[in-house]
Amino acid sequence: MTTPVHNTPISPENQNAPLATLSLSAYWHCFLGVLTREYLRFIQQRTRFLSALIRPLLWLVVFAAGFRAALGIAIIEPYETYITYEVYIAPGLCCMILLFNGMQSSLSMVYDREMGSMRVLLMSPLPRWFLLASKLLSIALVSLLQVYAFLVIALFVDVEPPLIGYLTVLPALLLVAVMLGAIGLFISSRIKQLENFAGVMNFVIFPMFFLSSALYPLWKMRESSEWLYWICAINPFTHAVELVRNALYMKLSGEALAATLAITAVFSVLAVTGFKPQRSGGRG
Amino acid sequence: MSVSVEQVSFRYGATGSKAALDDVSFELPDSRFCALLGPNGAGKSTLFSLLTRLFALSQGSIKIQGDDLNHAPTAVMQRIGVVFQQSTLDLDLTVAQNLYYHASLHGFSRKAAKAPIERELARMTLTERANDKVRALNGGHRRRVEIARALLHTPDVLLLDEPTTGLDPDARFALNQHVRSLCNDGQLTVLWATHLIEEVQPDDRVLLLHQGKLISSGSGQDLCELSGESSLPAAFKKLTQKAPPPSGANTR
Repeated sequence: MTTPVHNTPISPENQNAPLATLSLSAYWHCFLGVLTREYLRFIQQRTRFLSALIRPLLWLVVFAAGFRAALGIAIIEPYETYITYEVYIAPGLCCMILLFNGMQSSLSMVYDREMGSMRVLLMSPLPRWFLLASKLLSIALVSLLQVYAFLVIALFVDVEPPLIGYLTVLPALLLVAVMLGAIGLFISSRIKQLENFAGVMNFVIFPMFFLSSALYPLWKMRESSEWLYWICAINPFTHAVELVRNALYMKLSGEALAATLAITAVFSVLAVTGFKPQRSGGRG
Repeated sequence: MSVSVEQVSFRYGATGSKAALDDVSFELPDSRFCALLGPNGAGKSTLFSLLTRLFALSQGSIKIQGDDLNHAPTAVMQRIGVVFQQSTLDLDLTVAQNLYYHASLHGFSRKAAKAPIERELARMTLTERANDKVRALNGGHRRRVEIARALLHTPDVLLLDEPTTGLDPDARFALNQHVRSLCNDGQLTVLWATHLIEEVQPDDRVLLLHQGKLISSGSGQDLCELSGESSLPAAFKKLTQKAPPPSGANTR
């Protein structure tokens, strides 16, 4: 390496006193920067994008084909007619993409905080809660691209929601993505035993996914087991799936929206307060 | 004083366990190259983690240009630039994309970031590499990108945690000389952590950490006098071979 030429003096700007608080535009530019970075990384990592699509497509094309005959779906809200099993599970699989992305990203946010990109993020002068919220929201927004790619491919197996449904489902997907990211961040921060993705998959993702209305309507579950039904009914993922299912067909489930909003608010606060720097004495 | 550290202690374990930093106090003058010297495990990275808010400061105080880290973190973080021991660049993004990202974290719009990015790239002679992916750069160039990034927001204090890790001797020397020249250019104070004595010069301000305690905070010459040795390497070896004295006994 050669010694660089020093033809540009340090700017006199560094004599200026820094601001005790930063302006609103600084917050906006910071968020845009975090979002741009997530997007650039997303388009750079095509194999990761493809592998994230393979999982729900296997469920949609293979699993649904096998179970179509076994699981007849009666007319239920929000559908206005009999539907195929593929149509039924598509909203749940959209949420599955968000669930995997949310958990994976949150886990890496916690375990990378002492190195790499998280360390750079946390060097920002902006408040830590804002940085974490920006990161969660950016991850959520980029995840939506994967969900829409999945919905486009799902057209080939006759999952054809109304055209406006693709628009009305957008805020629902975004809210669900933030909720799952916040739950993931909270779990990763507080439960040290879940130190790798396999642990999160076995103890968080699979139970959340299977104990929900993603793959079967809850009345079917109730026919089999009352207590399993109640677990499914209080599972945040069930509310997420129902919110997305209704929104995709231009309907609003007030109950699912209220539950998802409340869960998002609670876990966002818990996640941000749980993401503390290490303190002397080993706490934090 | 650019940096003022007072009675800072930190333990990784419970109270009563061995302190990673034990009652460390020092001040760094403006526009000086200061070396934070110590063998592996001396507490250098712990001190950096506290200075950069990665760890929470619960014992003692840290002030940068008079702003207290715990009470005015926003002001403090605007005053410092950091180069970490391990590379924190996005390898799949270009040099410019990495720099724009860092500028945005400090609240710069893309338009406002353009001039500082061009300025720092020019200073590091990296202008022509702006659109190259970081993955395509060698270790020395990556370090220079990290220094450019750390200086984008024109900090008062530049912290470098063993920045020559993984570089060959020529690149190490060049980087060290380059950072020294930054102090001479303007109002920048540099704290350069290292365990390599050859990166320290006799007229540097030297903070010698050993087993969590500050052994000396004077010049390299003071270090030699304290140890009774005539050269810095011999002084470093002698002072870090014996057990450190009790807290605050001999810092100067």
